[in-house]
Amino acid sequence: MHIRQGTTCTCRPSNPLPTNIVKDATSFLHMAMLFARSRNLVSSLRQNLGLSAILIKRNHSSPRPVFTNYQLSSRVFLDPSTSFRHESTAVETQPDLVQQSDHEDDAQELDFPGGKVGYTSEMKFIPESSSRRIPCYRVLNEHGKIISDRDFIPVSEKLAVRMYEQMATLQVMDHIFYEAQRQGRISFYLTSVGEEAINIASAAALSPEDVVLPQYREPGVLLWRGFTLEEFANQCFGNKADYGKGRQMPIHYGSNQHNYFTVSSPIATQLPQAAGVGYALKMEKKNACAVTFIGDGGTSEGDFHAGLNFAAVMEAPVVFICRNNGWAISTHISEQFRSDGIVVKGQAYGIRSIRVDGNDALAVYSAVRSAREMAVTEQRPVLIEAMTYRVGHHSTSDDSTKYREADEIQYWKMSRNPVNRFKKWVEDNGWWSEEDESKLRSSTRKQLLQAIQAAEKWEKQPLTELFNDVYDVKTKNLEEQEVGLKALVEKQPQDYPTGFHI
Amino acid sequence: MASLLGRFCRKLVVPGSAHGSRMTSTTACGSETVKSLNLYSAINQALHIALETDPRSYVFGEDVGFGGVFRCTTGLAERFGKNRVFNTPLCEQGIVGFGIGLAAMGNRAVVEIQFADYIYPAFDQIVNEAAKFRYRSGNQFNCGGLTIRAPYGAVGHGGHYHSQSPEAFFCHVPGIKVVIPRSPREAKGLLLSSIRDPNPVVFFEPKWLYRQAVEEVPEHDYMIPLSQAEVIREGSDITLVGWGAQLTVMEQACLDAEKEGISCELIDLKTLLPWDKETVEASVKKTGRLLISHEAPITGGFGAEISATILERCFLKLEAPVSRVCGLDTPFPLVFEPFYMPTKNKASSSSSLSSPSKNTHFLIHGFSRLL
Repeated sequence: MHIRQGTTCTCRPSNPLPTNIVKDATSFLHMAMLFARSRNLVSSLRQNLGLSAILIKRNHSSPRPVFTNYQLSSRVFLDPSTSFRHESTAVETQPDLVQQSDHEDDAQELDFPGGKVGYTSEMKFIPESSSRRIPCYRVLNEHGKIISDRDFIPVSEKLAVRMYEQMATLQVMDHIFYEAQRQGRISFYLTSVGEEAINIASAAALSPEDVVLPQYREPGVLLWRGFTLEEFANQCFGNKADYGKGRQMPIHYGSNQHNYFTVSSPIATQLPQAAGVGYALKMEKKNACAVTFIGDGGTSEGDFHAGLNFAAVMEAPVVFICRNNGWAISTHISEQFRSDGIVVKGQAYGIRSIRVDGNDALAVYSAVRSAREMAVTEQRPVLIEAMTYRVGHHSTSDDSTKYREADEIQYWKMSRNPVNRFKKWVEDNGWWSEEDESKLRSSTRKQLLQAIQAAEKWEKQPLTELFNDVYDVKTKNLEEQEVGLKALVEKQPQDYPTGFHI
Repeated sequence: MASLLGRFCRKLVVPGSAHGSRMTSTTACGSETVKSLNLYSAINQALHIALETDPRSYVFGEDVGFGGVFRCTTGLAERFGKNRVFNTPLCEQGIVGFGIGLAAMGNRAVVEIQFADYIYPAFDQIVNEAAKFRYRSGNQFNCGGLTIRAPYGAVGHGGHYHSQSPEAFFCHVPGIKVVIPRSPREAKGLLLSSIRDPNPVVFFEPKWLYRQAVEEVPEHDYMIPLSQAEVIREGSDITLVGWGAQLTVMEQACLDAEKEGISCELIDLKTLLPWDKETVEASVKKTGRLLISHEAPITGGFGAEISATILERCFLKLEAPVSRVCGLDTPFPLVFEPFYMPTKNKASSSSSLSSPSKNTHFLIHGFSRLL
């Protein structure tokens, strides 16, 4: 079976979808009943589509519906004046989950809060898993060749080159900052090695007005938006130029100028916040959405459930991007959940979802771009599960060889490397050369080393910044504590680190 | 029956300036119109004004659409629309998280937690996110527009999960404010201040007073400042500090003590975080004695913070140990509520109040006599 996703730019008829679509036909019928302006439309639907027949028959020889599921589901169908712009929103059905019945009286429906539901005398449990896992959308094969011409959003040379450059820059940045931590120059770091395509391609697919709420392994999004290597370094060193004023550990970047919320260590807390941000954008009628990231581990948190449910109920324009990289520190996904990954959870919340090859930059770009358009134009949340692998350790405090095979890490690092894969495609197009490569890598490396040296030399934050911003205005108790601390430091400076001006 | 009797003394009908007491709010009335309102109506009025004066403000939580389980949100959805006043799914962490997101985008989010007893799923969002949002971002972001309202405290029959006073947990969190009104007039002014304060505020409403407390409340838009305690009854022999519904109990204790010739100074703290130490300090330096009372269990309660601070500041002026008359160290019980509660008898029996002679040193805390 083939997932039709289409592109956002062209109009193409969908392939006919399987006719054992009882569940979806019923829900589409509900939607029709809700949207229909008159009962006539509903009755004509029933007649033309033989839906009553579909409800009671199990066999596949029912007449092919005049209208496809996609058409039934979208408002396009009900308002003939609009175009088939939203074809990319075609939704794949899950026939395994469908309950079918074969009794005449099952054409009746039961009325419960929540709407009408058909009934069956056959006791049938929905299986815990589908017979087939949800397939993964990809555009490029492992050798960087486009698989099929038809189902992705084309990327220009300029955009592709920029994407590649940023992916490579992210690699160099990760490498050098990681080493800086090992040398004791910064206290902590965590890399995004293996997830460069997710980082950069998703950022490239968004508009600068989209508000990003990261987890912590998405600095590439900030890099794409224009955060400089110096700014990254300043935060890692917590120096006077750090916008965060030295209050948080390294990699806890944030920039209101770039619409990138400050990273916080607790997992998944950003998800319900993203629903609120999306709702705010909706109320302001902005052409923008909230985009929030989470790892596979984070989807076990209560805030994942809260965030998705709120976004769905509030019809908030939010794109949830889950980086399923296989590991939550040392916990493999087999110990994290028993579902087919995260993509199947979307439907449980009434959220459209897709699984994408997270190591395929073109696939990530197309999926995020499409999801973003859906979120904004349809004012709804969308869930993307990007499959990938965490090549690096969880952080500089972790040694992942203690819980996984070195061979496994090596395999993903070399054969499944997203940067190399995209590089091949860019090179094949004649847009990138080895000369470009070495120039980029050496100049980026140089720039980073300079940024680190400069960040190290920067003044430290003044001591008063310890007490600012707890509230909008410093409160009395904080004023008193500041006075007390300053007196103490002046009295016994040898007990305190130097450089923090009073 | 016992609970009814026990409750009788807590009914607050404000007659005006009887007993020289200023239990009523002292916001200037002047020529503005006032209306006799109970607590939930006063809060409702404040919410109407808040939504009216800021088109970017929202009220949401479980069941707020039809008016809320305590009727605090009556009429809001009809007047301001379901886009701004709406029910949420049953998920406190989602309610507060969603509110943080809205507030971070510059809106005012006035969220309701149905009972303070259910606020804990949101504790992570409040402590780790809301409280630190501004500080951790270097003031690039803030969620000051967030106000979390929750009914708290004993109600006569609430048991473990409809009676809790969790204020102490939140007073330990730099970055948020904790506000507790004592009466309808105070509640309206304090709630408007809390909503408009540029910091996230947790606003606990004494549910016992939702109907029981009736007061003349000005109809206009007014605010009562945060972090300013109020001396609501002047006296010279002992200072009593409390907040919320407990002040009505303490006032009865003051009246009883007065018959014994003890002059009590009663202070409403109003804001627990950050709290007005100066007012309490000035009072204790005058009277030399302090009694703190709250419904929450005594161990680790906010009374301990007040006691420790006043001890530091007023040690040489104190004539007796600081007394705390609080709830017992048990989960809030149902049938035993009249025994659990820090009633006026317990306050009156406490060492500070029972014998105010300035020459006598008290070794026994009155409260321990009751255990």
